[in-house]
Amino acid sequence: MAGIPQKLADLLDDLSAITDRYERAEYLIEIADRFPSSKVPPEIAVQPYPEEHRAPACESDAFVWAIDQPDGTLKYYFDVLNPQGLSAKAMSVILDEALSGAPLEQVVSIKDDLVFDLFGREVSMGKGAGLMGIIALVRHEARKRLT
Amino acid sequence: MVDIEQRGYASEDTLVSTGWVAAHLDDPNVRVIESNEDPLLYPSGHVPGAVQVDWTRDLNDPIRRDYLDQAGFEALMSRIGATRDTTVVFYGDKNNWWATYAFWVFQLFGHANAKVMDGGRTKWEQEGRELTRAVPSYSPTQYAAPKRDDHKIRAFREQVLAHVRSNGQMIDVRSPQEFSGERMHMPDYPNEGALRGGHIPGAKNVPWAKAINPEDGTFKTAEQLRAIYQQEQGLTPSQEVITYCRIGERSSHTWFVLTYLLGFPNVRNYDGSWTEWGNSVGVPIEK
Repeated sequence: MAGIPQKLADLLDDLSAITDRYERAEYLIEIADRFPSSKVPPEIAVQPYPEEHRAPACESDAFVWAIDQPDGTLKYYFDVLNPQGLSAKAMSVILDEALSGAPLEQVVSIKDDLVFDLFGREVSMGKGAGLMGIIALVRHEARKRLT
Repeated sequence: MVDIEQRGYASEDTLVSTGWVAAHLDDPNVRVIESNEDPLLYPSGHVPGAVQVDWTRDLNDPIRRDYLDQAGFEALMSRIGATRDTTVVFYGDKNNWWATYAFWVFQLFGHANAKVMDGGRTKWEQEGRELTRAVPSYSPTQYAAPKRDDHKIRAFREQVLAHVRSNGQMIDVRSPQEFSGERMHMPDYPNEGALRGGHIPGAKNVPWAKAINPEDGTFKTAEQLRAIYQQEQGLTPSQEVITYCRIGERSSHTWFVLTYLLGFPNVRNYDGSWTEWGNSVGVPIEK
């Protein structure tokens, strides 16, 4: 059951075909444009959000929610308070589209290195830590249900 | 918002308004530079004619934890089509924090014709000013840079240690939670890339964004800034100050405020910051 979710594998496949840094950024900006569909709805949370939903080290103020589904999987929702936090928005959309409804074993096996696979090795230390913070919180929610 | 000229800053022309930048978009002696925390922002739209200077790609040494050298800076300035006489104007996201970081690195090479656009991307966007995805191209220049001079505005670990021992003035610009070394709510998450939490003994905690008006990202007036740094924290302008944060980027913002807006003559940024101090063997830490 472990292994990478198919949607994520497809996305990484697409990205691996893009060698130009600028084209990669444009591809990720298009993903970030889909953020409204991953944004937490008001029936689940309204601001100010509880701090336990805050992604650690994320300078764009990203928040994560995991809602239990009848089939035992999780539906993830996000918010990014910094309107200029495009990378955090892109990361959120990717995690929602790939991991919502995925087996929890797959979610907990997502590696921090996904940040570099998506954004490239040039991502700064602080930015990388923030994006990994979003992944860490998503993984943490799945791990809680498995233990 | 008070006009920049009315804010009482020590340096009268280092901070410029969005209106000033808009009026100089076609000025061949001005090069507008966007430096962001978020790598997707510049490609998503930027000030017309602005070039991007990226912290990791352009300003860092690719191997060592250090900044680019003399030859690297010359190549960078050539790429963005700037000469020693070009006025460079920085702006960016997050209240210009990366913009002031790039500004600081440029000062290691003594490029004094440098300004920061007050309010950065936030204010430019709020005012509905033009953004474009068109990436400009400028003719390469011949730029003769001096050797990088680290001694005046950059502090290293041993110097910080000596500064601690002599009870020197120090500002930790991180959040109160980082300053106190409070644990993260997820025990399996590394604490900000450092093995130990806390702060350098004797440091005062003034989160960097206190210098900013949050509604539009502009800098507070000199009087308001003096109230924060001098009245509340008791900093003496004539004495040396060292600023630090996690990797030296947020603290370059406070370095900029103290140096250019308040006129402190001797401020250094410790870019090793907490990711060096909190991982170092045997250095003192306070919680």
